[in-house]
Amino acid sequence: MSATRIYVPCDSAALSVGADEVARALGAEAARRGLAVDLVRNGSRGMMWLEPFVEIETPQGRIGYGPVRAADVGSLLDAGLLQGGAHTLRHGPVEDMDFIKRQQRLTFARIGVTDPLSLDDYRRHGGLAGLERAKAMTPDAIVAEVQASGLRGRGGAGFPAGIKWRTVLEAGGPQKFIVCNADEGDSGTFADRMVMEGDPFMLIEGMAIAGLAVGATRGVLYIRSEYPHAIDTMGKAIAIARKASILGPAFDIEIRVGAGAYICGEETSLLESIEGKRGQVRAKPPLPAHKGLFGCPTIINNVLTLAAAPSIIAQGGKAYAQHGMGRSRGTMPFQLAGNLQRRGLFEAPFGMTLRELVEDIGGGTASGRPLRAVQVGGPLGAYFPESLLDTPLDYEAMAAAGGLLGHGGIVAFDDTVDMAKQAKFAFEFCAIESCGKCTPCRIGSTRGAETIVKIAAGRNVESNIALVKDLCTVMTDGSLCALGGLTPMPVMSALNHFAEDFRRAPARDAAE
Amino acid sequence: MSYTSAAETFDLARAQDVAREEQARAQAFFGTACGNAAALLPILHRLQDMFGYIDQTALPMIAKTLNISLAEVRGTMSFYHDYRTARPGRHVLKLCRAESCQSMGVDHLVDHLAARHGLAPGETSGDGALTLQNVYCLGNCALSPAALFDERPVGALDAARLDSLIAEAQQ
Ligand SMILES: Cc1cc2nc3c(=O)[nH]c(=O)nc-3n(C[C@H](O)[C@H](O)[C@H](O)COP(=O)(O)O)c2cc1C
Ligand code: SF4
Ligand code: FES
Repeated sequence: MSATRIYVPCDSAALSVGADEVARALGAEAARRGLAVDLVRNGSRGMMWLEPFVEIETPQGRIGYGPVRAADVGSLLDAGLLQGGAHTLRHGPVEDMDFIKRQQRLTFARIGVTDPLSLDDYRRHGGLAGLERAKAMTPDAIVAEVQASGLRGRGGAGFPAGIKWRTVLEAGGPQKFIVCNADEGDSGTFADRMVMEGDPFMLIEGMAIAGLAVGATRGVLYIRSEYPHAIDTMGKAIAIARKASILGPAFDIEIRVGAGAYICGEETSLLESIEGKRGQVRAKPPLPAHKGLFGCPTIINNVLTLAAAPSIIAQGGKAYAQHGMGRSRGTMPFQLAGNLQRRGLFEAPFGMTLRELVEDIGGGTASGRPLRAVQVGGPLGAYFPESLLDTPLDYEAMAAAGGLLGHGGIVAFDDTVDMAKQAKFAFEFCAIESCGKCTPCRIGSTRGAETIVKIAAGRNVESNIALVKDLCTVMTDGSLCALGGLTPMPVMSALNHFAEDFRRAPARDAAE
Repeated sequence: MSYTSAAETFDLARAQDVAREEQARAQAFFGTACGNAAALLPILHRLQDMFGYIDQTALPMIAKTLNISLAEVRGTMSFYHDYRTARPGRHVLKLCRAESCQSMGVDHLVDHLAARHGLAPGETSGDGALTLQNVYCLGNCALSPAALFDERPVGALDAARLDSLIAEAQQ
């Protein structure tokens, strides 16, 4: 009898709830029972509330079980786990699960399906087709394909990737660089991490395609230090890719590890950091595309942007552009986080509403209490009240509703949230992470937090609210980058949509 | 990359080897474009991984090896939250304090750590077992509240799981 293949994820979310223990218990218990199993550590399917999510390969397809604890292994095997047997933890064929079926997985097509470090798996599932095709194309044709896809930067700003690539292609100079921004500092986001841990060769392939497109021979992958598993997996994948001559003297990649500074996700600060300096934001111009790393023309793109390149080149830009809405083309890996029943990664074309994702896909709050606020796009994103949940998730519609889509993180709060506290946190976070270059950001953020403390204590509430609003205007207008410039977004959305939370304390008006 | 193995005392000669190695590596990779300080972050990271912190006595050596000023080394090192100037506890618990973890009650866990274990963010327990540190997002927001115990991710934290982590640190 041939061994039954069992999948237990190695994604760090799965590890954080005991996937290693489950894998060990499965191996040991199968051996004890004399059962032949072939244990594969896959990426995560993104259904984090079901992690550790164990899958069994059967003639009927892969059958899923979760959340599995090490203590469940005995009863699962008793129930005929290896034949896909019935059990309270069984969810049936994975491909038929609602959360999976309703997605359109382009970037995440392989993640959770394959062994992240198996180059054979990667090839079998369509990997390297883009790079092979790119090798036969002119740089100009590669860039034209990316332009035709309508791909916009997934790091937050939504800048058209093709235009950035063309700028670097046309820039002169003996050395050019590809920099991948894997700093993923936005709270509520983990898509970059899942790509690096779940399909590292896709990112390597994307960077190599970018290298071919603009004539760059070196790439730097800047990963935040908070992601030790992503760093480890990418390191191993790069070593495998070098052995397989996917990387080499013509194009090679080096990992750089961040050092706990949110601002280093900002592209110019990130470049300073690679250069060994304080992560202070550079004034633009010059753009990194003209003078980037060590003054050389540089493409700097988010992980998801570069990870989209292989399928765009393999299938053509037009195919990619068929998904989405308006000027937001393709798909977006949305990240459902916070107080939701079903949390995880959901890749869908742009244009779904926030309500569909939070209520329908996410299943409402995990606590069972009423949903009160949803923050979209990380710490610099707006808090949406219930009345704005019908806003479609695309770059322009979110902006029109006074928010931003950012990196696609969606964090839900139930009715126990105190929005004055959230506004205070937004200021505090800005104060902690400010690079210190602009006064409104460096000083204003601390002043803002102090003023909200006074408001919460009921001291001169209306005049202090006016002061916070003024401060927000100054920060919006007088900041060099979006940390200072967009901190007002969570603050003002809290003030505008949740005004009652700022007027809870009994008034204690007094001369200050 | 774990502080737990960092029982050894700071060794300047070994630090010098690390600095030279990283310097050579950066120059080989970036070629003629390479700036002087390019190896600085990798050097600081490796020293901290080896010794648990970066001893100030190493900074002049790093400056000299990279041919940059001591002020540049100090300036860079002080900018980043990760780098420590003193040895931490035997274990480090990095607790996420960002929004998703807030929405799932991390502030109550911080209260619990203070009330039950007398431990506040930024502090090391009296027995030197554990340093508690605030971080802002660990990319495990679908399983908030989240933390990193040394390099091991822990998700869906509650008071009981925290208690067992602290017991583990004390072993
Ligand atoms: C404060 C701040 C933090 C940022 N953090 C990130 C980040 O963690 N990851 C990222 O890809 N982009 C981040 N960005 C956006 C980058 O500056 C830049 O727009 C992006 O790397 C460009 O790549 P893209 O066009 O592929 O999105 C941040 C910007 C700011 C102002
Ligand atoms: S807004 Fe803040 S983080 Fe951005 S450049 Fe100015 S001081 Fe630095
Ligand atoms: S917000 Fe806590 S892990 Fe992301």
